[in-house]
This record gives sequence, C-alpha cells and structure tokens, in this order.
Amino acid sequence: MSAEAAALPADTSERNRRANLVAFGVMVALIAIAPFIAYPFFIMQALCFALFACAFNLLIGYVNLLSLGHAMFLGLASYVCAHAAKVWGFEPVSAIVLGAAASAALGLVTGALAIRSSGIYFAMITVAFSQMVFFFCVEAPFTHGEDGIQGVPQGKAVGLFDLSNPWILYVFVAVVFLFGFLAVQRIVNSPFGEILKAIRENEPRVVSLGYRAMQYKLAAFTLSAALAGLAGATKAIVAQNASLTDVSFAMSGEVVLMTLVGGMGTFYGPVIGALVVVSMQNYLAQFGEWVTVIQGVVFVACVLAFRRGIVGELAARAKISL
Amino acid sequence: MNLFGHVITWPQLYGQLLIGLINGSFYALLSLGLAVIFGMLTIVNFAHGAFYMMGAFAAYFLLVLGGLNYWWALVLSPLAIGAIGAVVERLFLKRLVGFDPLYSLLLTFGLALIFQGLFQNYFGASGMPYAIPKQLSGAYNLGFMFLPVYRAWVIVASMVVCFGTWLVIEKTKLGAYLRAATENPTMVRAFGVNVPRMVTLTYGFGVALAALAGVLAAPINQVRPGMGADIIVVVFAVVVIGGMGSILGSILTGFVLGVIEGLTKVFYPEASNTVVFVIMAIVLLIRPSGLFGRAA
Repeated sequence: MSAEAAALPADTSERNRRANLVAFGVMVALIAIAPFIAYPFFIMQALCFALFACAFNLLIGYVNLLSLGHAMFLGLASYVCAHAAKVWGFEPVSAIVLGAAASAALGLVTGALAIRSSGIYFAMITVAFSQMVFFFCVEAPFTHGEDGIQGVPQGKAVGLFDLSNPWILYVFVAVVFLFGFLAVQRIVNSPFGEILKAIRENEPRVVSLGYRAMQYKLAAFTLSAALAGLAGATKAIVAQNASLTDVSFAMSGEVVLMTLVGGMGTFYGPVIGALVVVSMQNYLAQFGEWVTVIQGVVFVACVLAFRRGIVGELAARAKISL
Repeated sequence: MNLFGHVITWPQLYGQLLIGLINGSFYALLSLGLAVIFGMLTIVNFAHGAFYMMGAFAAYFLLVLGGLNYWWALVLSPLAIGAIGAVVERLFLKRLVGFDPLYSLLLTFGLALIFQGLFQNYFGASGMPYAIPKQLSGAYNLGFMFLPVYRAWVIVASMVVCFGTWLVIEKTKLGAYLRAATENPTMVRAFGVNVPRMVTLTYGFGVALAALAGVLAAPINQVRPGMGADIIVVVFAVVVIGGMGSILGSILTGFVLGVIEGLTKVFYPEASNTVVFVIMAIVLLIRPSGLFGRAA
C-alpha cells in the first residue's frame, strides 16, 4: 500500500543519500530551535507522537501490515513506565526501557497470533487485541482505571540529568526521538529491511527463495511494538501521567491518520504527519467535537485524493525517496 | 451455587442469559451486515457502528419531529440510513475499487469519525430516552422469571431477519447472482447483470441491517452518539471468530458469543469485557481464518 516508487534508477541513489542528509539536518535544526518558537511541552508531545507514528510506519510502510491497535503498545508502555517510576522508584531511563520491553513482549505475543493473517484480517485482529488490552487497563488495579497514574516523578536520568528541568527534559526527549527515528531508518535500510520490503512486494516469492517470511514479519511487528512503547514510556515521563486515552481505539486511529497525512513508507512522513495532527488538536481544541469531524474529513480526503501524503507527494515531485 | 467466590442465584443467571441473548441479537445483526458487505465488496465497513447509531437517531427524530411511532421507524429508519449508505458507496467507495482494500477500510474509518463527531457535537455524550412501544410493554411470567415483552421481541425479530437474509442469499436466484458476483464479477456482468448497481444495493442493505439493529436497540439502551463505537469493536471480534464473509458463521457466532458474554458476567464478571477477545485469540490459534471462514 506504500506509495513509494518500488524501484528507483541507480543514479538517483547518490541524490537520495544527499537529500536524506539534508532532510535530517533540517529536522535536527528545527528540533533545536523549536522550543524558542513554540511551547516546549507541545513540541515534546509532538516528538513522542512522531516516534509513535514512525514505529507504526515501520509496519504499514515497509511490510504493508495495517495495525489498527497500535495504541496498546503506546498505552501499555506508558502505564508500565509510570508505575515503575512512581511506585517502584525506578530512575527514568530504566523505567522507559522497562515500558518499551513490556510493549515488545506484548508485541511478540499478539504478533505471533496476528501475523498468521494479513490485510484486513490482520487489521481486525489487532483491533481486537488492543481492545483486550484497553479493558485490561480499565480493570487492572495498578492503572487506577479512569483516573490513570498521576504525578509521575521525572527524576534524574541515569542519576545525572535532572529531568524536572524543562531544558534537560527537552534535550532528553529529542535524543530519544532521534534514537527511535534513526533506528527505524537503520532497520529499513539493513538487509533485514530489504527482506521486509521484498515481503511487501511479493510474499510467496520471498518464501520460495527460502526465507521464513513469518519470522521476519514477527520481528518487524515486535520492533514496531518496542518503538511504539519507547514513545509511550517517554510520553509518560514528559506528561507525568499515564491514562486510558493512550491505550484507546481512538489513539490507534490517530496514528494511522498521522502516517497517512505525512506519507506512508517515507521516513519523514510520520514526523510531519504527527506534527500536523497534534497541532490540529491543539489549535482546534476550542471547537470541541469538530476536531473529530475535521480529522474524519482529512482521513477521507487523504484516502480519496492524497494517498501519497505530504512527504510522499514532495518526494515524488522531486523524484527522490525520503 | 458458589463459584470463584461469587454467590450465584438462579434469577441472576437467567437475567444475564437474557441480556446475553439480547446483546447476541445485536451482534448477529451487525456482524451479518458486515459479512454481507465484506462478501460483496471485500471491504470492512468501519462505519458500521456509526450507521447503527444513526439508525437509532433516525428512530428518535421520526418520533420527536415527525410524530411517527416505533413501527414506522422500524421500516423508515433502515430505508433512510440504507439510502445514505448507498450514496456513500456511490460517492466514495466506488472510487477505491482496484486499490488495496485497506484504503476503503481507512475511508470508512474516516466516515465513522465524521458521523460520530457530528452527532456528538449536537447531542453531547448523554443519551435520549426512547420509550418502549405500548404494544410491546409489559412482561411474560415464565414461572421461573419475568421476560419483558420487548426483549423477547428483539430476540425473535433479530433471528427472523438474520435467517431470512441467510435464506435469500443461499436459496434464491437473487442470492445466487450475489454469490456469483462475489466469485467473478466480470463473468456475471457478461451475463447482463448490472453488478455495480448490485454492489451499491448490497452496501445499502448491509447498512440498513445496522440501522435496523439501531432501531431495535433504541428502547433498550438510550439513543447516544457513542453507542456505535461501544459495540462495534466487539462485533469485529465476532466477525473474526465466525470467519470473515461467512453469513451463517456471523449469525451463529453473534448469538453464541452474546450468551457466553452474559454467562461470564455471572460467573466471572471481571472478564466479561474481555472474554470475547480471549475466545478470538484461542480460535485464531487453532483456525486462523475463523470458525466458518475459508482460508484467507
């Protein structure tokens, strides 16, 4: 379902490499100056969602698996991290790692069942699993139901960096985001990623070549879950809470919207898409439920007329791959 | 009886069985509509919950604005919402024929957001009451329990509509055309059947089934903008368990899972919200294409 050109002529690879370097430089520069222009808390939230969307895009963009339940990974990691930091007194980095690990484990279990099917079936199964996790979070005592976990301490990262200082927290979040972003890029451009893309194009052929496509898909699903978990856990430290919103079906829909708007199967698309969707929610919050309606309209418009998304469209115009 | 530390009384058991059957009636009607649509268009209609909610609201508007009672709503609401469905198919879904079916899924997802957002905007989160029609009020005394007439009506009506639909699709000429068009649309077109119109009408019919479920639900649950979103994910699980596109599978699984959910409320209430999804996971382990489904 990726709109990315399947094969690019060989002479464009150098142009691609340069374009990606420039794009990465621009993104880092923008992240560096953003807190001076916009409200830092807002940017940090946007970065967490951008990482979440990048994780989601790893599946839809490069393996053509549409997960409609990705909020379960964001939400579970967020709860686990918040609980570890608040109740068990973990320092933030280990709490985040624990949260991401919990999501990776959840990804391994749900993925083992879900990847046995593909396409629409896969989407429905992920919806059902995420709903199961949602109700678990409603009922489980440690999540505090409707109240969520409030007042999560930010603490000192590895005992040195005091995250309650907004500037240090900002740098910390930016580093986590860039780590996740580069991890996705590394995965996609590795030999492993090439197999994933081959599975996307023609799965039976990959199987006939002797690759165990199922294991590749499961590995991609687990990695995506872990990165989504990283986003969720970091978000819990930033917002100092974990709530049912992060694990809800609506959140699973939002990440699809972010990736769709930005451009599926592009590295920068999910980041731009997340920024667009989060800004939309932020600036249109006064219009109440109209935000939902507008999101729906954007969804429909993208699907009907703008399937490549912002970055996909730009890249196609410039004949590069971003 | 005493199980898992819960004291269970017989009336409680009967009561939950009845609620399970009622929920099962809605699951069956909704998953049947999804199965019909999936069979013909190979798309998952994520707007199904929104159409169910709109069916209930149509009944409410017919009563409040038009003065038309429940029986009128039972006919007019599915017709009106089904017509909206047909328009949606013609305007939007038709354009996505030939693209990855995931795009149609995302389109209906977006439509669901629009419809639900619009209703939430005007009606908030709260519900409107819709009175039980007086012909169906009261209760039968079965000796061991009281059975409200309206609930009995919902179960019977849902069963009749479900099995009627199944009969039409499996045993009539129209159904044969439908099944043939699912297998090979080009060939059926060559025989002079207007397949695009059939696709539009099928989508409209599936949507009308959702609206009918909405009208039936209006007097039991309040008419709320969120009513569709609450039920639809469970219905998706039902569809996955039954096997996508299987008509009989969706009906049977709908009723059975409703009852199982009801029984879980008696024996182990903490799991009542998740039992359907647990069953789904187990079924997928054993049969990845669902109980009645063909291999994907």
